[in-house]
Amino acid sequence: MIEEISSVSMVVLMSDGRFFDEMWAGEDAARSPYAAFHDWITDEDPARLRAKQREAEEVFRLTGITFNVYGRKEAEERLIPFDIVPRVISGREWQKLSRGIEQRVVAINAFLHDIYHRQEILKAGRVPKEMIAGNEAFLPQMMGVMPPGGIYTHIVGIDLVRTGEDEFFVLEDNARTPSGVSYMLENRETMLRMFPELFAKQKVRNVSNYPLRLQKSLAESAPSGTSGDPTVALLTPGSFNSAYFEHSFLANNMGVELVEGHDLRVVDGRLCMRTTEGYKAIDVLYRRVDDDFLDPLNFRHDSTLGVPGIFDVYRSGAVTLANAPGTGISDDKAIYSYMPDIVEFYTGEKAILQNVPTWRCSDPDSLKYVLDNLEELVVKEVHGSGGYGMLVGPASSKKEIRDFRKKLEARPANYIAQPTLALSTVPIFTKQGLAPRHVDLRPFVLMSPKGIRITPGGLTRVAMKKGSLVVNSSQGGGTKDTWVLDD
Amino acid sequence: MLGKTANGLYWMFRYLERAENNARLIETGQRIALTRSGAPTDEWTPVMKTTGTDASFAEKYDAVTKESAIDWMLRDADNPSSVRSSIEAARQNARMVRTALTAEVWGAMNGCYIDVKGKLTRRVNERDLPNVLGLIRQRTALVRGATHGTMLRNDSYDFARIGTFLERADNTARILDTKYYVLLPTSAPVGSQLDNIQWETILRSVSGAAGFRAAYGQTIKPTEIVRFLILDKRMPRSLNFCCSKIRDNLGYLASEYGDKRKSHQMADDLCRRFMSHDVDSIFDYGLHEYIQDVVTALNALGHQIERDYRFFA
Repeated sequence: MIEEISSVSMVVLMSDGRFFDEMWAGEDAARSPYAAFHDWITDEDPARLRAKQREAEEVFRLTGITFNVYGRKEAEERLIPFDIVPRVISGREWQKLSRGIEQRVVAINAFLHDIYHRQEILKAGRVPKEMIAGNEAFLPQMMGVMPPGGIYTHIVGIDLVRTGEDEFFVLEDNARTPSGVSYMLENRETMLRMFPELFAKQKVRNVSNYPLRLQKSLAESAPSGTSGDPTVALLTPGSFNSAYFEHSFLANNMGVELVEGHDLRVVDGRLCMRTTEGYKAIDVLYRRVDDDFLDPLNFRHDSTLGVPGIFDVYRSGAVTLANAPGTGISDDKAIYSYMPDIVEFYTGEKAILQNVPTWRCSDPDSLKYVLDNLEELVVKEVHGSGGYGMLVGPASSKKEIRDFRKKLEARPANYIAQPTLALSTVPIFTKQGLAPRHVDLRPFVLMSPKGIRITPGGLTRVAMKKGSLVVNSSQGGGTKDTWVLDD
Repeated sequence: MLGKTANGLYWMFRYLERAENNARLIETGQRIALTRSGAPTDEWTPVMKTTGTDASFAEKYDAVTKESAIDWMLRDADNPSSVRSSIEAARQNARMVRTALTAEVWGAMNGCYIDVKGKLTRRVNERDLPNVLGLIRQRTALVRGATHGTMLRNDSYDFARIGTFLERADNTARILDTKYYVLLPTSAPVGSQLDNIQWETILRSVSGAAGFRAAYGQTIKPTEIVRFLILDKRMPRSLNFCCSKIRDNLGYLASEYGDKRKSHQMADDLCRRFMSHDVDSIFDYGLHEYIQDVVTALNALGHQIERDYRFFA
């Protein structure tokens, strides 16, 4: 049930209390991180805001901040809806989150090193051997390979959701090639341009130095033999990839070359790019191409996106790949359920960030429970991403659940299930006024041998549809600017 | 710079130039059709010949009509040189070399694409044609202006300029090639009514009518048109002007990279052609053959630049 309270200028729709709302403490009273924003928006003329919202969309369209949707020809390039209400996190809340994120990233990196070397965690029985051996995301070619500087996960995106004042959960770890950071940056630019007065009212921590920090972090991860300034390049699958805008955006802002497989070649044991002046060696390759497609000689033979022999160069230590191949074994949805153990095993501390309880459907008892409670649960593919191929029980029709049951029974090991979380809401600005919508948060973490850098904030994704819990852009989700207050 | 980036910049600006040139050809064709007196003649086939698309047009249509010809040149996706196809290709190349463009250039290019595409989703009726053609020229000029005003004068700029001037030289040469016969010397001291229209068409196709009058006076003489479009270094679409710009930009590349390549010699040879020939010697040699030689040399130069700067693996 939704009740309506009206203020002088802005209509506010409140959620019914089943969900934690990050802005509202009660009728007409904002939680403290939102106090300044609340004062501002209640005095704003909705008509002006609507005009601003259109203006923002125009900027996004002209800048070409678009993503390509697979399987939809007519809408090849689409805008991700942008909402002008910021998602605000207090400095205190952020401090705790960032401690938890750092702990988790350290553990993930240690886990990867262990899995591809001595496998102590398997010997100790904290993670079952079969979770690794039979896992598609495990890359046997990485056994015994030491990445330059010992870093596997140079860039990580940790997806967080909130269910209460102090309740944060990690939904998933993205340790392969997390995307979305360009939206974080453009969202902030857009807010700064449209509502400069808001940033004068309170101090919001800066995110715009991310590309420079990324460049620095990558350069610090160069092979030890590198002389002079390392040459960094970004490898994209090409302009038809859904995240191409982001690839060119990051290359541009880092001041590095944006390369495709056909620009690269192995010359005398080095990875080189074809320039107008001949072949030039690359020290660090930030690759946004999946492991499988990286090297047709070592992985998928039919790949045209990669570079023949690049993995051999990597193994010889002559180039850094960011992230390292094989990191998928750490963000696999089945491994996810062991993360509290993994954190404890490598850091000796209890995990600061909570995991969502997870049923692995490969386990017969769990499968039975999941099948009996499909209406209540969220079921995801172990290797899926982008919100494709998942079931949100409470939001699905009887037929959808019936169809999904068949898929689940056919390949139980392919799925995990989690309780449907009561995701927090943040208002979005709609035609009717402010209305609550569910959100998640993806902070971005950079890791180099010199240390860990976490950008304050991240990408807030918001389900634009009323009641929806799916925030993925491929499923109609939008984004918000995320503010961490300097308090 | 990546070879691929050089390739992308070169083609982005070639296509941009092509879009603008084709808009100008349509404008000229339309004007001639409106102002002609006497029996209707087919103005459009020569125009399509100039763009090298008359054969593929004939495959698609049985007869040449004004509507089908304009639509073909303006917005037909089957015509890779139509204004719409050219702007799409320019923008696709711009996407691929975005890291080498300033935000202003990219914004102008993307804005050009969005606005022009919006105007060309449906067949353009005759009443709207002047506005649409005006918009195309305005938006492409904006890209050129942003390029001129914001890009570093480095190799990126050089490849952009080389693409622009190769395309422009090719366009001027093709216009001359399609109409060379009306420029041949005749016994009549003053051209017939029909000749005058033809000459006017040629000058308008290169936005040169007013410039010609300023430089050569009110009376149009075919030898002076030839001089104007081939040799005159003041005319920004003359073959001499375009080729000397190509040579200049190749020269900047040579000093930036510290070496001269095969294409530099070819560009020098091409430019020498315009220094050592006066108009009479062009007619002596044969106007048609002369232009054919230039077109061939431009093609060869383009291919050599691609090889010299490793556009492809």
